[in-house]
Amino acid sequence: MPFRSRLQALYKPFPLIDASRILVHHKKTKTNEIPRLMKFGVLVFPGSNCDHDAYHALKHIHGIDTTFIWHKEPDIGKVDGIIVPGGFSYGDYLRSGAIARFSPVMDAVARFAGKGGPVLGICNGFQILLEARLLPGTMMANEHLRFTCKFVHLTCQNHKTPFTASIPENLILSIPVAHGEGNYYADPELLKLLEDRHQIVFRYCDAHGQITPESNPNGSTANIAGICNDRGNVVGMMPHPERAVENEIGSDHGRYLFESALSRVVSAS
Amino acid sequence: MQVDIVITLRESILDPKGKASHHALENLGFRDISGVRIGKFIQLDIDTDDAARARNIATEACEKLLANTVMEDFEIRIPEKSVS
Repeated sequence: MPFRSRLQALYKPFPLIDASRILVHHKKTKTNEIPRLMKFGVLVFPGSNCDHDAYHALKHIHGIDTTFIWHKEPDIGKVDGIIVPGGFSYGDYLRSGAIARFSPVMDAVARFAGKGGPVLGICNGFQILLEARLLPGTMMANEHLRFTCKFVHLTCQNHKTPFTASIPENLILSIPVAHGEGNYYADPELLKLLEDRHQIVFRYCDAHGQITPESNPNGSTANIAGICNDRGNVVGMMPHPERAVENEIGSDHGRYLFESALSRVVSAS
Repeated sequence: MQVDIVITLRESILDPKGKASHHALENLGFRDISGVRIGKFIQLDIDTDDAARARNIATEACEKLLANTVMEDFEIRIPEKSVS
C-alpha cells in the first residue's frame, strides 16, 4: 500500500462522528451569517510540548479544523473550543503556569470562557488555568517528589461538561499521566464546594473503579485528576487524553473527550 | 533599593520537599530538628530610596505574580544596608 494511503487508513476519522460534516450555526446565523466548519484552537506557549499531540488528536483523528494560536495573539479568532496543552511553559519558572497566565492570549481565553466557550486544559494547561483562576484550587509537587509517567485509571464523575458528555457511564478510562507537579490541592472548604457543585470531573481509581490511595499517582486531594468550573465549560485535567487516541499506542479512550466536544456543537462567539 | 522576599508554603499546606529533607536530616542524625519548610528567596532591585514605596511595590509584585497567595505566604524584608 502506498505510504499516503496507509497514513489515511491509520488516521481515518472516528467513525461515529465525522467533524468535516458538522457546521456551526451561530446565534447570529439568522442574520445571514454563513454557517462554517467547527474549529478548535490549540494554544502554543514557549515550552509547550503537547501542542502537536493535541493538534493531531483533533485534526487527524477527529477531522476537526484546528489551528495553533501563539501565546502573544491578543485575539483567538472564531473558534468553538480551546485546548491549553501540556508541556513546560516558560520552563515552569517560578511555579508551573505562573508566567504563562499573563500571556496576552489568556485574556482572550478568559473572555471566551466567560461567554461559555469550551476550554480544556491538559497537564501544564490545567496548571495555567489554575494560575489564571479560571479554575479553583492549586497544584503542588507530587507527594513522592518524582516525575510520574504511566497509564492510570480514571473514573468520570461528571458527564455534563463539553468534554465528558460522550464518555460511557461506568467506563474506567485508561489514559496516561506525565507530570512532576500534579498534586492537586483543595482545602476542606473548597473540596466540599467542588463536591456539592459536581465540579470534580475525574478521579484516579484502580482497574475496577475503586477510588483507593494506591491508585493515586501524585497525592492529590480526594484522588482528583480533573475538575471543571461552576458553569462546567472550563475543564482541567492532569492526564493526557491527546496521548490516548490510538490503540496502537496503548489506548484510545482519550477520543471520548474530543468526541464529546464534537457532539456538543455549541458556539460561544 | 534592595528588597528581599521570602516565600513559603502556608502552614496548613503539606510541604513535600520540606518533609523529604526533614527525613534526610533525621537519617543523618539531626535529632533536634523538628520541622523543615522549603520556600523561595527573591531579591528585587527597586528604583527608589523610599522604603515604604519599595515595600508597596514588592507587595504588589508578590500578590500579582511572585507568590500564589492561595497556597503561599510571603515576607518582605528590607536589609539595613539598603536603608541609608
